[in-house]
Amino acid sequence: MFTKFQKSFQTGVVTSSYPYEKEPAPFRFRGRIEIDNERCKQCNICVDVCPTGAYTWIEQDGKRYLQLSHAKCVFCGICEEMCSYKAIAITNSFELAATHKEDLLTKAGFDTKESVEALGKKLNEKIFSVFKRSLHVREVDAGSCNGCEWEFVALYNSPVHDLQRFGIDVVASPRHADCLLVTGPPTRNLETALIKTYHATPEPKMVIALGACAGSGGIFSNCYATKNGIDNVIPVDIYIPGCPPRPQAIIYGFLLALDRVRK
Amino acid sequence: MGTSRQDYLDTLTSRFYGTVTITKSFLENEIYISTSKEKLIDICSYINSTFQASLSAMICNDERSLNKYFKIYYVFSLPEEDTFLIVNIPVSEQEPVFPSITPKIPAAHWYEREIKDMFGLEPVGHPDPYTLVLHGNFPDNTYPLRKDFDVQTRLPHLESKLPFKRVEGEGVFEIPVGPIHAGIIEPGHFRFSAVGDSILYLDAKLFYTHKGTEKIFETMPYTKALFLAERICGVCAASHATGYCQAIEKVAGVGIPPRAKFIRTILLELERLYNHIGDIGNICAGAAFHLGSAHGFRIREYLQLLNETITGNRYLRGMITIGGVRFDINNDLKKYIVTLLTDIKKDFKELTDIMFASSSLMDRLETTGRLPAETARGLGVVGVAARASGIGRDARVNHPYAAYREVDFDVPVFYNDGDVYARVRVRVDEVYQSIYIIEQCFDKMSEGSIKTSVKELPPYRQALSYVESPRGENIYWIMTAPDNRLFRYKVRSPSFCNWPAIPYTIPGNIVPDFPLINKSFELCYSCTDL
Repeated sequence: MFTKFQKSFQTGVVTSSYPYEKEPAPFRFRGRIEIDNERCKQCNICVDVCPTGAYTWIEQDGKRYLQLSHAKCVFCGICEEMCSYKAIAITNSFELAATHKEDLLTKAGFDTKESVEALGKKLNEKIFSVFKRSLHVREVDAGSCNGCEWEFVALYNSPVHDLQRFGIDVVASPRHADCLLVTGPPTRNLETALIKTYHATPEPKMVIALGACAGSGGIFSNCYATKNGIDNVIPVDIYIPGCPPRPQAIIYGFLLALDRVRK
Repeated sequence: MGTSRQDYLDTLTSRFYGTVTITKSFLENEIYISTSKEKLIDICSYINSTFQASLSAMICNDERSLNKYFKIYYVFSLPEEDTFLIVNIPVSEQEPVFPSITPKIPAAHWYEREIKDMFGLEPVGHPDPYTLVLHGNFPDNTYPLRKDFDVQTRLPHLESKLPFKRVEGEGVFEIPVGPIHAGIIEPGHFRFSAVGDSILYLDAKLFYTHKGTEKIFETMPYTKALFLAERICGVCAASHATGYCQAIEKVAGVGIPPRAKFIRTILLELERLYNHIGDIGNICAGAAFHLGSAHGFRIREYLQLLNETITGNRYLRGMITIGGVRFDINNDLKKYIVTLLTDIKKDFKELTDIMFASSSLMDRLETTGRLPAETARGLGVVGVAARASGIGRDARVNHPYAAYREVDFDVPVFYNDGDVYARVRVRVDEVYQSIYIIEQCFDKMSEGSIKTSVKELPPYRQALSYVESPRGENIYWIMTAPDNRLFRYKVRSPSFCNWPAIPYTIPGNIVPDFPLINKSFELCYSCTDL
């Protein structure tokens, strides 16, 4: 018994202080991608090498621009590596979640007037006003590779991220949930289960699409066994890009989600 | 044993004179043995029983455009010798049947069902020939891996009910679980037949996460397919990436720089570390020992942050590339890694000491979910589960790759009770071995380049690739197509071999022990379902 207490006391508090304090991702982390249209020579190499077809060309005012969808991107970094003109820069910003898929184009990320820290402080307040003290989440794996699941496990079970400090909890049944967190392209074999789960969740409810697969089908899109994104099966309120999104990126998505519901 | 590769072949040719054709591949440890449907069962059971070679994989390939036949390859791995015997038979479209070897070699049973679903070839004599992958919601005569099936085909969604085996009798009731689970885990459906709390029978239905991965491989240029390989599974990403890169490097005939080999080995061991420590935490959670799970997840989190620092991704994605690795590990990073691992070794030792001194936890772990060595061998179980049942197979030793020839390590196999506790102990010991391997890699690796370039792939070349992932032996089989594409890329994950063993470990246990047993195997669904 004594050794158990000793171990816990020696370990101390390990919980991260994100989002109240900034916690930059490691230097090599591949997050938001920025395109410098001035430098781009339209050589098309990024379009050719991208494994998910996240790059497209758009025409605006007679000019051709390169556009990237963060919903499709798997953050492999091959575009930056191949671009000879340094027109593509991968930053280590991970706060990418958005309420509309269009917001994930070219410049992803929610254009907040308030800083994230302020959003964080407001979080408890929001949960209180919308869902009466708490937000109950049911995670639904609609065919993911297990990466997103483990990130959510890290967020929920690990004392380092400790999702419950925000009053957010994971429940065992969709009947107890306010929010579905869905991962996967989704697969054909899980489509029916996903639809049934959605209908089993009481109103008001929201759906968060977690990861590149859920956002667009990702690298598994355009295949006989998958659909190109959760939003082809059930309505989605929030998209959290990433392959998989790191736990802090999911926290950011929750912040955004709660703001959205209040509107 | 002292038997050489040639001795095995001589025995085989004299025993089956005139019915086998032996072709040596450009790779010296792969030997292709062509035969006919009629002789198949004899040859396979001879190799399996006389040579003690286990069935490592079964691969079907639609080669109708090349030689008018489907080919089925049976990959046997010789014991104590780095050699694969690959028996193969042709199957024609007009007569789409092949003899089932499952009655002789039970390890073949899922492979044959998978071939039936994906290629429409019928295993004759299979004891349980039901659908495995396609779940009945696909229209009849849909065979996705045939070459005349387009990857983008949109098929109507049929209502289907999967057949379940049930136990009937007084007081027997059924508990259906999944595919949407109460925990944060992958989807599968389990149906327990139980009396009170005791389970009589378990029927598991998987393949919910079937994403058509193998079909997508055939549509991509080999450079892009690397990123798909990394995404076969979230927590085996480094293993799958290494397996894929090794396969490409073999067919292209390219060797990678020694430094890249060491870095790959470090990454593979880091993957084993974060998985094993996380799994031990998870097993504690399954036994409601939350102190253990909190510490397990905490240490896992440090390791994943380390992964992100080294590779830019918490799951080691985007680091391993064809011809080597993308980023180097400099001296500062090396120091950081070594210091962190030293701390973790101490931290983890304290955790496991607490775990094994806790009688409430030990009561849940010991004698729970036993997998006898005989069952494990028969079903071709691999990895941690096999080693906990006393079968000392490890691809790092049996078929060395990366820098494993140059490092010294033990493969723990001595806890041969085959219960949950044995599987925990194997993991605990492997954690220390992994740290030891990483330390040796840093000592032995010299400066130098980290990448060579691979340009063109020769068409229609075949090769095997193998990696020991945290869960066991991954086997890959590649065949190239013209224009730097893949004709076929078969992925056989350890979970595919181990899933069929789980239902055998359940009867006699109580329902609340199922999650614990399942977590002690810690199998991937996505790796299996593809």
